[in-house]
Amino acid sequence: MKYAFYPGCVARGGAPELFTSAVAVMERLGIEWEELTKAACTGAGVLQEKNRKMGDVLNIRTLAMAEEKGLNVLVICSTCQGVMSQANHRVQRNPEYLAEINAVLADEGLEYKGTTEVKHLLWVAIEDIGVEALKNTFQKQLDGVKLAPFYGCYMVRPSEALGFKENPGRDTSLETVIEAVGGEVFDFPGKTACCGFPILFINQANSLRMVSNHTGAAKDGGADAMVTPCPLCHLNLDGYQPKARRKNRGDKADMPIIHLPQLLGLAMGMSEKQLGLQRHIVSTKDIVRKVELIPAK
Amino acid sequence: MQTNLKVKRQDPEANGSQPHFQEYSIDIHPDSTILDALIYVREEVDGTLALRCSCRASICGSCGMKVNGRARLVCKTRVADLAPEGEQLTVEPMGNQRVIKDLVVTLDTFFDQIKRVEPYMKPDKEPESGEFIASNESMTNLLTAMNCIMCGCCVSDCTVLEVDDNFIGPAALAKAWRFTEDPRDDQRDQRLKTLNDEDGGIWDCTRCMQCVEVCPKDVAPMDRIMELRDAAIEAGNRDTHGYHHTESFYNSVKKNGRLDESRLALDSAGWTSIPRLLDLVPVGLKAMMKGKLPPLFPHKAEDKQKIRDVYEKVEGERE
Repeated sequence: MKYAFYPGCVARGGAPELFTSAVAVMERLGIEWEELTKAACTGAGVLQEKNRKMGDVLNIRTLAMAEEKGLNVLVICSTCQGVMSQANHRVQRNPEYLAEINAVLADEGLEYKGTTEVKHLLWVAIEDIGVEALKNTFQKQLDGVKLAPFYGCYMVRPSEALGFKENPGRDTSLETVIEAVGGEVFDFPGKTACCGFPILFINQANSLRMVSNHTGAAKDGGADAMVTPCPLCHLNLDGYQPKARRKNRGDKADMPIIHLPQLLGLAMGMSEKQLGLQRHIVSTKDIVRKVELIPAK
Repeated sequence: MQTNLKVKRQDPEANGSQPHFQEYSIDIHPDSTILDALIYVREEVDGTLALRCSCRASICGSCGMKVNGRARLVCKTRVADLAPEGEQLTVEPMGNQRVIKDLVVTLDTFFDQIKRVEPYMKPDKEPESGEFIASNESMTNLLTAMNCIMCGCCVSDCTVLEVDDNFIGPAALAKAWRFTEDPRDDQRDQRLKTLNDEDGGIWDCTRCMQCVEVCPKDVAPMDRIMELRDAAIEAGNRDTHGYHHTESFYNSVKKNGRLDESRLALDSAGWTSIPRLLDLVPVGLKAMMKGKLPPLFPHKAEDKQKIRDVYEKVEGERE
């Protein structure tokens, strides 16, 4: 099973523990990969505010590079997933637009035919590896660990571009993984809401209210941690949780925000250090200790 | 088929009434919509259930409700599509709007937002003769936003309105876009400036796409908001944090092929805004201590000149 790996800017920047934990987990899962080192940033929907076509050209360029290698793209970021899927969806429905974009890419000798699929590790784990095979890589059953899923907007919307109809189960993929590791799902309406990251530098008061509402709901529901496939959600829910909780709830930041690969890694028996769990702003000590006390299967 | 409805009941005007859920198990035709099921409950099971509907054909926009946590027109949603095996369906009133009773909300909030964007044509002068003529092309462009039936589903599920009731909201902003793009209107620049400068304006949208997902008429309000941002920038509105954020992101990818996160934070705060820059310090220090401060010299794409070439070519097309 081989993929063209596109880790995204945040895994290579503000959340380096995502990159290392993802790579460690992918190795255990028997995933082979080749990093797309020449690919540009997806634009995250922000660049597209200024020039949507620019964003589409950059993303189709990435998909063409993978297509040339005969590989699908593997991502570890909800935002990368969504933005690339949207660009892919637009050109797949509109051959004229694709031809326009290919005209730009021709200078570089690239041409996109429209066959590349973009898949988050979350979907790869369930759809390509399969829940049973995934479970076979686990050394621990996380009994008694309550986890709140937090998808990230671009992982769930627009559902049409993300192929939800053709691939049933994507809308509950995170719950499926939490159940696969043996954890208990804390279900709450905020799981598919916005974390507030996109407006962090624009309207911080609103952004912090979102952080406080979601992490507070998980806390009130008795969750041990939140799990997210989106490093942007992680940055906001983790990094700004102390300020958000102090300001809006008058309490302390105590909800660890775990990256999806870190959860898989914990179930695989990997150490705190290996998964970079000590690097979070909100301490992960309690959940790490809870998992350490669980004997291996 | 057997259907199980779990309906949120409340009567804010009645003393001592608390919101609660009531369950109904009914037998309906397999082709029934959720609205058919609710009307059946009201007519045959429980006459006290309040709901609003009119055309029953997704034209009037009266029957917006939350089903399984998501706003929908219940006349457009078949029971069998959401609950083919008779699974329980949770029906609640729309969010971000005041409940009058049970499933009926007041649309005051909705129309207050619409009024804020002055949703009427503002030409500078009378037409030379007869009426204003607009090209077919310019009207086709407006079709997306003109399809809005003002049902309020987008407002119901807007994640910004959940935390800030001063946000103009997706429906009103899509409406505003419709007037900025209408060739018969002469207030485009003024409209864009107001939407850009106002608290709760175009830059407060989080781009979460809830409105795009729930709109029953494919208005895609968020896409219209993104076009408003683009248009506001083009019209010279360049003094917002939102503009600096977008511009910094765009230029970072142009320069490095990747995002420079540290630079983005500083650019968005604004290099002359001392309080906002200082505000970044505590988080920056914490991140540094944990070894997760974004690199000051950002990760770059290999062969980034190729990305600059793409930029030049696409920018050239626009001019």
